[in-house]
Amino acid sequence: MSTENAARWPRLPRRLAGWDAAVVALTVLTLLVASGAVDEFGTTRNATFLILDLAPVLLLALPMTLIVVSGEIDLSVASTVGLTSALMGELWAGGLPLETIVPLAVLAGAVLGAFNGLLVTVLGLPSLAVTIGTLALYRGLAYVLLGDTAVADFARDYTRWANGSLGGGWVPNVVPPILLLVVAFALALHATPVGRAIFAMGANDTAAAFAGIPVERTKFLLYVVSGAVAGLVGVYWTLRYSTARADNAEGLELTVVAAVLLGGVSIYGGRGTLLGVVAGVVLLTSLQNALRLAKVSADALTVITGTLLILSVLLPNVSAALGARLRRRTPAPPPSPSPPTPAARTAVPLPEPTRRDGRP
Amino acid sequence: MTVAGRPPERERGGAALLDAVLRFRALGLLVALVLLVAVTWLANSRFLSAQSIRDILLATALTLLLACGMTMVVVGRGIDLSVASVLGLSAFGTATVLADHPGLPVPLAALVGLAIGAACGTVNGLVIAYGRVPALVATLGTLYVFRGLVYFLAGGSRISAGELPRGFLDFGTARVLGVPWLFLIAVAVLLAVGEFLRRHRAGRDLYAIGSHEEAARLAGLPIPSRLLLAYVVSGTLAGLGGVLYAARYGTVDASAGYGMELDIVAAVVVGGVAIFGGSGSVYGAALGALLLTVINNALPVLGVDPFWQRAVVGALIIAAIALDRLVALRVAASLRGRDDAHVH
Repeated sequence: MSTENAARWPRLPRRLAGWDAAVVALTVLTLLVASGAVDEFGTTRNATFLILDLAPVLLLALPMTLIVVSGEIDLSVASTVGLTSALMGELWAGGLPLETIVPLAVLAGAVLGAFNGLLVTVLGLPSLAVTIGTLALYRGLAYVLLGDTAVADFARDYTRWANGSLGGGWVPNVVPPILLLVVAFALALHATPVGRAIFAMGANDTAAAFAGIPVERTKFLLYVVSGAVAGLVGVYWTLRYSTARADNAEGLELTVVAAVLLGGVSIYGGRGTLLGVVAGVVLLTSLQNALRLAKVSADALTVITGTLLILSVLLPNVSAALGARLRRRTPAPPPSPSPPTPAARTAVPLPEPTRRDGRP
Repeated sequence: MTVAGRPPERERGGAALLDAVLRFRALGLLVALVLLVAVTWLANSRFLSAQSIRDILLATALTLLLACGMTMVVVGRGIDLSVASVLGLSAFGTATVLADHPGLPVPLAALVGLAIGAACGTVNGLVIAYGRVPALVATLGTLYVFRGLVYFLAGGSRISAGELPRGFLDFGTARVLGVPWLFLIAVAVLLAVGEFLRRHRAGRDLYAIGSHEEAARLAGLPIPSRLLLAYVVSGTLAGLGGVLYAARYGTVDASAGYGMELDIVAAVVVGGVAIFGGSGSVYGAALGALLLTVINNALPVLGVDPFWQRAVVGALIIAAIALDRLVALRVAASLRGRDDAHVH
């Protein structure tokens, strides 16, 4: 235990010097440059819109971070948003009050997430394949509910709240609840036994299971939470644009996954911080916003997003490989009991994407 | 026809059993396909008219082509999410070249599309095999990059059939003995990739890498070059798909093939290729592609609301992987039963 701690402490500064710190710095830099170079960007009016646009991706990225750290993935989140939004439209058209509809929509999201969780944990199916299946299934069910029609006449009080600001200022009403969720997820991941368990199962879920961590149950709950948050985003999306359509939030899952990976979370699980992910989300959306204001076409953004995503993994790998090569040239230092350097660790062949297959 | 991913040096009984399971898997797909066609035909006999069959074959051709490349990648425990973007880039590139140089012979224009695809595949392969970036991350990135490039090149414009040379468009609808050329090309690719994966050294290496990369490395297999090959083939086939897309539809804009990657992954998974590598055959993937296309064409004929299509596809993917898992558990249990028969 004490050696474990000794091994952990020197790692801390290196961690901070890692990719998540780079993303935070890049985000701050982007915000500064954008406010300097793009006239409209720094205005409070734009900040309001930026936050409203950022909210769905940020909310979906929170449970996605936990799921990816645990070694799984959920590609069905945007379809869950679409289906709960369609369900809201259907119920509203059926005459139910929003006070009843909103909890029902969140509950529906949780049920959809539970279905993913059941397939992944009880049947032991690979989450990538399962959630590609439910991505199609949930989106399809949204189309079955609403077809190509839209429900638009939602209660004014609610849609006004979703678009409105605190006390008539520039800070949107949705900021306090979102901040609350961000803090809750950050604490859950970084300051609770559950969070440690999520990291442990992401690093090696067989070892985690032998250490007494309820791997299956935790993963199941993560999918339920992911579904419930997606249901919440479905409610927000519907009210924000005041329309329930089957194609709401279509394709958003890729943006969410891109933001999470850009934030420094390892796709193989076991590594990542929520701070990095929040920075990744802000970076992506503010870049998009600034480029749009600067009348740069959205195509440039797509190319930049993709390139950043690849570089976020490629650069550390390349620098690790170069470092290893340099060290091999210089005479080997006497063996020391110190833990392997991060460079040496990442130069080791990457672990396999899933350990589930290997199990009997 | 379906034998693939046969584990080497496993005890004979186990190998035979696995063989039987894989056969059963393809047989199941085939039965589902035949049942679906029969039911639809009973509902409306025009479903099996020559024109309707040709439509299905044409629609299958593109999916089939891309599914062949995807199978190679997935067998080696990777994934290529960028195929639809590569198809779009190649379709737009080929159409642009042909519109600018109407005198260009069609095969040369096709080479342009193939070269675009090969270049994209090389980028993917280098980043994944030598840069050690996980395939999901790398190809998600290039999905954005390649699609962004198409939008950048197109800038909102589109190339309509009127700007393309007659010969090229004719090729898109031409038939040999009633069978569309595009489908024949896809079948030729299918047979070539099938033979490669089944008999060729590099093809077998992909199964080994997909089953256990570390073991493959220790056995001395050249992993990076094999993976690079798989991604280059996948990209090249997506490039060929782009050429066929342009020839078939005539009108190409920047969104050509948008979102198609999920259909391809779905076809491969439904066809019994394990998403985490090491097993599955390209013929299974072909059956998967055919089944998905037939479902899409049969639902309207059966009077099912077309809005059900995506839900059915999703349910099919889940059913397919769940079934695979259950069969695998059964096989594992029965193999254990053989090993310690005295227990029973």
